[in-house]
Amino acid sequence: MKIHEFQAKHLLAPYGLTVPESGVAIRAEEAGEIAGRLGGAVMVKAQIHAGGRQRAGGVRPAETPADAEAAAVALLGEALVTDQTGPTGQIVRRVLVEAAVPGQRELHLALLVDSAAGEVMLIGSSRGGADIEEQAARGELRIRELRLGTGREARAQVVAAFLAGLGLEGAVHERVCALVDGLRRAFVELDASLIELNPLAVTDAGTLVALDVKMILDDNALFRHPELAALRDEDDTSAVELQAQRHQLNYIQLDGDIGMVANGAGLGLATLDMLVAANGRPANFMDIRTTAKSLDIAHGFGLLLDNPATRAILINVHGGGMQACDTIAEGLGIALRRTGRSLPLVVRLAGNNADFARSRLQNFGCAVIDCPDMWTAASQAVALAERRA
Amino acid sequence: MAVFLNRDTRVLCQGMTGWAGTHHVARMMEYGTQVVGGITPGKGGRSHLNLPVYDRVADAQVETGANASIVFVPPPNAAAAMIEAIEAELPLVVAVTERVPTLDMVRVRAALKGARTILVGANSQGILVPGVGKLGVMATGSERPGGVGIVSRSASLTSEVVAQITAAGLGQSTTIGVGGDPIHGIGMRECLELLLADVDTQAVVLIGEIGGTEEEEVAEYVAGLRPSKPVIALIVGREAPLERRMGHAGALTLRGRGDAAGKIKALESAGVRIAPSAHLVGETVRQALAGRG
Repeated sequence: MKIHEFQAKHLLAPYGLTVPESGVAIRAEEAGEIAGRLGGAVMVKAQIHAGGRQRAGGVRPAETPADAEAAAVALLGEALVTDQTGPTGQIVRRVLVEAAVPGQRELHLALLVDSAAGEVMLIGSSRGGADIEEQAARGELRIRELRLGTGREARAQVVAAFLAGLGLEGAVHERVCALVDGLRRAFVELDASLIELNPLAVTDAGTLVALDVKMILDDNALFRHPELAALRDEDDTSAVELQAQRHQLNYIQLDGDIGMVANGAGLGLATLDMLVAANGRPANFMDIRTTAKSLDIAHGFGLLLDNPATRAILINVHGGGMQACDTIAEGLGIALRRTGRSLPLVVRLAGNNADFARSRLQNFGCAVIDCPDMWTAASQAVALAERRA
Repeated sequence: MAVFLNRDTRVLCQGMTGWAGTHHVARMMEYGTQVVGGITPGKGGRSHLNLPVYDRVADAQVETGANASIVFVPPPNAAAAMIEAIEAELPLVVAVTERVPTLDMVRVRAALKGARTILVGANSQGILVPGVGKLGVMATGSERPGGVGIVSRSASLTSEVVAQITAAGLGQSTTIGVGGDPIHGIGMRECLELLLADVDTQAVVLIGEIGGTEEEEVAEYVAGLRPSKPVIALIVGREAPLERRMGHAGALTLRGRGDAAGKIKALESAGVRIAPSAHLVGETVRQALAGRG
């Protein structure tokens, strides 16, 4: 679960992170008021769940409260498209108004989980900023890595040596060591997947101020952090995708005309690949989790039938040990009875209880085009969608 | 002799008295797997499915002579269950539980360092040795004993590929699901290594998908080894909207995007045969084996 910059800064303060003085505005005049209260130059920063904001104009300097208000007017309510948001961008619903902090130098530090090593990893580089990845790719900047095991042990000496390798000395080095230790504790205690400070500014006085913070929390661990689960901002997820999540479905809206359903993520990805290979345009990606019951599945089919762009639906099911074909057939039957819409339904049923599922569909009175294999089914769905175009 | 599982494998089920444990242990026993007991803390001394229930893995191991376990314990306690089995030095542990917190799996990985245990999963459908036994939750019926080993990140695609291989007139030696989560026990490369060394396995199918670096590691391994047995791969997710699924923040992109094209290229240049589409895996394997004469 991604959280906003202002939320991350708030969460990490008790762990020793210093951030600029700030306030969050949802209306432009509030942004002006906050800037007035802070006094001096500020940064007005769009709060969206994606990086690349600076290059996309989502972070604006303002010298006066009037400038801050004008910056907020330009950002609030608008879609911000960055290289990480996808083409439609994300609507800016809040801006963070922060005192501008002149840094003497900037660093980049991050904690994340390295899946290959199965360990927590600290990464750092001696410069920070929006384009460190490009700099690293051109060989102008070295991004160093240090494995921290489970993250539960301090490993103070190893971390100190690593940070000295970033060119840090004296009091600043000590402060960064203490900060990294705090972040490590935060990472473990809050079940984070990513904490990234970029940049972390070193001021003229030698103090540390995090100018930008990105943080991702582990969805699977939210059961032990109800207070963190409450930080979820559902504005960035479409209503359809939210409904799907509540019904044990992974649903992603796409822009084509063929509705697509499979049981299992792998089979779903394979089905999507096949639809495109058959020159089809998927209207969505939907994968039914093994924990979904027939009523959940009916809900999912309902989402597909409600999409006005859908011209045909492809259902690719390989019944497994945890979810047999008939459960999915039942879900489809229920959804069809609920909706008035009739669309060509191409099904491919294999594996556990495939024949039983066929008889269930018959009992429901579902007219389906039953295909023996995935490729035939995908090609059929494409042909039927074209015919109705 | 298949990999991991044979007629001498004696299985404990951790979390047997819950719904999933009860259901799947019954299916495993129907298939011929020797399940010898279950673990549910607080229910020791009872009997379930006509099997003894114990409080602790170590006690169960002494009493039953078990050498493997399967874990159905729900996410909050799943890691503790895996670590208990690792500390009891069970040679093989299969974890089926989905949605285990990532940092819990990091702790499990730390417990595995230097341990005797091979962990498969979590979020794995398990291991199937056709005609011998299953240590998992996969449906059975379309498998057939044979010489094709399967290593997979996806349960649904494994069932699909098993059916295709049987339809192509072949059969399977062992199928292994390494698990769908980013951090898990045994990886694809280690499974491939075991299957290549297995006398009953004549060809290996890898089922990979976007994300992570395991397929790239396999490619590196195969490139260095040039195995005598054909290795075939299916990589899915070529058309997945990457920025939606993996719209990760800056630092994560440093770890590689793990897109399908990159994986396919790495595997292909290592000499792995790529199945052109998910419906052609059986046929690709048949051709690979026929080509060897």
